[in-house]
Amino acid sequence: MLRKFTLHIPHMIMAIALMFLGMVALFILNTARLVIAGKDFTSLALILSGLITYCGVLIVVIMFHNEKVLSVGLLLPSIAAVAVFVYGFIGWSIRISLSRWQGLQPDYTWVGLKQYVLLFTDNPRFIIDIRNTGMFTVLFILGCLALGLGFAILLDQRLKGEAIFRSIFLFPMSISFIASGVVWAWLMNPSTGDHLAGINLMFHLLHLDFLISNWFTSPQPWGMAYTVIPAIWQLSGFTMALYLGGIRSISEDMREAARVDGASEFQIYRYIILPLLQPITLSAVIILAHMSLKIFDLIVALGNQDIRLDVPGIYMWTTTFAAGNYAQGAAIGVLMLISVAVLVVPYVVSTIRSETEL
Amino acid sequence: MTRRTILNASIYIILIFFALIFLLPVYLMVVTGFKPFNEIDLATMWYLPTSGLHIQNFIAAYNQLAPNLNNSLEMVIPEAILSALLGSLNGYLLAKWKFRGSNLIFSLILFGMFIPYQSILIPLVKFMFAIKLYGDIPGLVLVHIIYGIPITTLIFRNYYAGIGTEILEAGRMDGASLMGLYRHIMFPLSGPSFAVVIIWQFTQAWNEFLFAVVLTNQSHWPVTVALNNLAGSQLVQWNVLMAATLLAALPTLLVYIFLGRYFLRGLMAGALKG
Amino acid sequence: MSSKKSGFTAFCLLVASMLVVSACGVTTPSIASPQAPATVVPATMAAPVLLPTATMTALPTPVEIFSWWVGPGEADGLAAMVALFNHEYPQYTIVNAAVAGGGGTNAQAVLATRLAAGDPPDSWQAHAGQETIGTYVAGNEVKPLDDFFASTGFGKVLPATLLPLISKDGHPYSVPVDIHRSNVMWYNPKVLAIAKVTIPVGGFTNWNDFFKACDKIKATGKVCLSLGPEGFTAMHLFENVMIGTMGAAKWDGLWTRPPTTNWNGPDVRTSIANFQKALSYTNSDALTLSDWQPASKMVADGDAAFNIMGDWAEGYFANAAPNGLALKPHVGFDWTPAPGTQGIFVFLSDSFVLPIGNKNPDGTMAWLALAASKAGQEAFNPLKGSICARTDCNPAFFSEYSQGAMQDWATDIVVGSLTHGVVANNNWKAAIDTALKLYLTDPTRADQFQGALAAACKSAGSCQ
Repeated sequence: MLRKFTLHIPHMIMAIALMFLGMVALFILNTARLVIAGKDFTSLALILSGLITYCGVLIVVIMFHNEKVLSVGLLLPSIAAVAVFVYGFIGWSIRISLSRWQGLQPDYTWVGLKQYVLLFTDNPRFIIDIRNTGMFTVLFILGCLALGLGFAILLDQRLKGEAIFRSIFLFPMSISFIASGVVWAWLMNPSTGDHLAGINLMFHLLHLDFLISNWFTSPQPWGMAYTVIPAIWQLSGFTMALYLGGIRSISEDMREAARVDGASEFQIYRYIILPLLQPITLSAVIILAHMSLKIFDLIVALGNQDIRLDVPGIYMWTTTFAAGNYAQGAAIGVLMLISVAVLVVPYVVSTIRSETEL
Repeated sequence: MTRRTILNASIYIILIFFALIFLLPVYLMVVTGFKPFNEIDLATMWYLPTSGLHIQNFIAAYNQLAPNLNNSLEMVIPEAILSALLGSLNGYLLAKWKFRGSNLIFSLILFGMFIPYQSILIPLVKFMFAIKLYGDIPGLVLVHIIYGIPITTLIFRNYYAGIGTEILEAGRMDGASLMGLYRHIMFPLSGPSFAVVIIWQFTQAWNEFLFAVVLTNQSHWPVTVALNNLAGSQLVQWNVLMAATLLAALPTLLVYIFLGRYFLRGLMAGALKG
Repeated sequence: MSSKKSGFTAFCLLVASMLVVSACGVTTPSIASPQAPATVVPATMAAPVLLPTATMTALPTPVEIFSWWVGPGEADGLAAMVALFNHEYPQYTIVNAAVAGGGGTNAQAVLATRLAAGDPPDSWQAHAGQETIGTYVAGNEVKPLDDFFASTGFGKVLPATLLPLISKDGHPYSVPVDIHRSNVMWYNPKVLAIAKVTIPVGGFTNWNDFFKACDKIKATGKVCLSLGPEGFTAMHLFENVMIGTMGAAKWDGLWTRPPTTNWNGPDVRTSIANFQKALSYTNSDALTLSDWQPASKMVADGDAAFNIMGDWAEGYFANAAPNGLALKPHVGFDWTPAPGTQGIFVFLSDSFVLPIGNKNPDGTMAWLALAASKAGQEAFNPLKGSICARTDCNPAFFSEYSQGAMQDWATDIVVGSLTHGVVANNNWKAAIDTALKLYLTDPTRADQFQGALAAACKSAGSCQ
């Protein structure tokens, strides 16, 4: 590697100049503030200084004329960022989940797995969480996949107005979970009898009274099932887009050949297209599952902290910030992470392994 | 009537039925957003406004949200673009310039997508405060970019993996360097996946609340915080709240309505395949 | 080679320009947002490239006040105090950093993260009592206020029973601004008249009498006691049942360290039994209501007879639309102490603290001075629907209900509310909250509930 190092003096000088400039700026901005025309530009200047320093470093790296090293050099900021912001912080979280930090003053006293034990023993709330999250995840994923696939197949028929339907099904994704929760809480108003409201009211107005239900206040465990409705509303369009992309990318020739062989449209879908969509299903399941295991905003907006609708995300939030029990909150967070990892790591490993080398 | 026509008609009926269900919440939001307060009643929530369109709600909502809408725009637009550029670079390097450990690095980066954000709030704030990026918009932009690295890298890497190496080989033979290949060959081909990533990151950052409320000072709060305050005041003025929600959702809504086809095209071109 | 370098330069410039775009923005019409802090570069580090900034005298220094007062009434009260402050202390300007949502948990989350980062606001809203002592004092985040109380004489205008509740080891730690009463039972006179129920003078003396009245109400087809969702309304009802059953002294005894009232004992058992019976008279859709207001509205609409809620409900009943129901006192609604609690004032109080290590301690002291002053409290409380913490406010500013409350505040036995952070710190309260919520899913499991309460006391470190 060193053999190929060509020292190009002007570039070296520029590199050193950039690095020097960047580091000096960082040093100054550490204690002073940069205010131009009344607006505070300090953070921006800090970021820029960091970038300038890094550009200087990169120029030196280029002089090595080694593309693998350059690759690593260009990836380094991302790697460093992920190392700190993801793994560093997770490490911190794990560390305090093994402590007994309670209250605003950090307390790193080691207690081993005590927080985890507390979560699982004599803790009906956590059992409710696990049951709810399991039910939510399963129903949410099945619902999105079914609706998404259904819409994709229907829209694949290339009818007129496809673009309009696509937009209608896709746009709920653009709404935040909080807003969606507020509106659907209104829609799924559980009052029956005199104070009908929301969809129940609509059923009544349409003389469909037999459909009136208590929505998510129905007796458990089915009440939780209703909470997936807003989530499916938001994400089935995304699933549809994934499937539609996958279906459309299957070449028409393959379908024509099957038609020539006498296969019906239905058979084409069942035996050719669906199997080819498996990788997409896998991607979709991973993305949907990681959202549902962390779900928080939506359930709070719908359920107003009703404990029958509790999920780990809410439990962690209230344990950490309402009760101030940071150690136990961290333990719940680590458990959430593990539950996602159990799903994701095999997928990532198998994906990487099944790829061919460049 | 041919069988085809019956089939088509049935498909239309199904699609229209679901489209109506999908539009139900929007209908409610719009109708409520245009009603004056004395018409807000759970019993009449489905009815159209009886006394014309009460635009004052939107004006009031806009006055309350205007500074925050600006903050959001300032934050999201650079964030989406920079995040896409970074993801594109990463995806290109990880897909086409494999070195020892690049798969491991990709897996480790990808895993970052799955952390629950509530559990890292405290170390995040402490760290941002320590590096003096706490309190205003550039810090929030940086955080969104960093937490967007996994998904953007994933999308671009999958996309580039689908582009054959022959093009690159040809470029190599013409003497292009690593960055030259990127600039002259890969980047021009990246349109669809840029569309997907920019739209996705735009939406995520626009609708995000936790980082927004925790990492910025009051004068830099994005629109999600303002909307939360509007919704969280114990006696809610539903009409103004619905108008505000519509306003806050408008940019992302427009992005999806007008750019949705590019999103789709990008997904079709293999951005999230397998 | 040069193309690579120019490529890099171009890239660096692109990134730089994007980031510049992010920091520049259209100057926006600001609503109560401050000027940028006019910090002058320290002389020792003054470098010529940094452009000159405005000097400190031109712009007022911001004082950041943190709360969750976003709703009507409370926001108005805060705005009035802020206006008064900005007028009296023109060298400062208040930055109102209120964050709503989650019954205050959003605000608490933001506050906790800021305290963890070492960037506290200049002052924040904290419930007086254990929520402050057990959280912020124990966490070493606030300073004692002995000097302040001495120099302003504030301690002398507070009721004697209040001072120990906001102090630790004899040192006061917060400045109470308002006082709310928890043990108020609101009722609809018309519903009672139809059911031929009369309330004894001074209120029901015990819960059994109340249940007899409930039977009469139930016979007319109305709900006797309306209740809201799990957020805090259930705990609010529960604490009032407890106090009404066991009395003020035994209630205090639950919260001493160690408790002198046994959590496993008969007093708590009887309270739970009363609570279970009270629940049987509540509306079946309690858990589905969106907040406490719909439960109070049931009383206003005549669907329910009674509703036990703090006296912020008074503003909801009496104020004009859209924030209130515009009802006339004694006609559309009326009030009486919760059963068993006459002569007892179950209080909660919002207060402000003096942080350790905030940016602007002088600004904080100015804010505290205003919050403690007669003018400040008289500006704030009538709008918020509460009464002054001070005993010398002018009653003329207040509603009829509040005037009665002010008299009671001066004469009744004062005990602290559990729901609103006086008697128990956040951790203990959260444990009780979980136990209560689980109990609500099946109110027949009283023994389990009592066991959970005792366990909560242990995990809070108070019981053995």
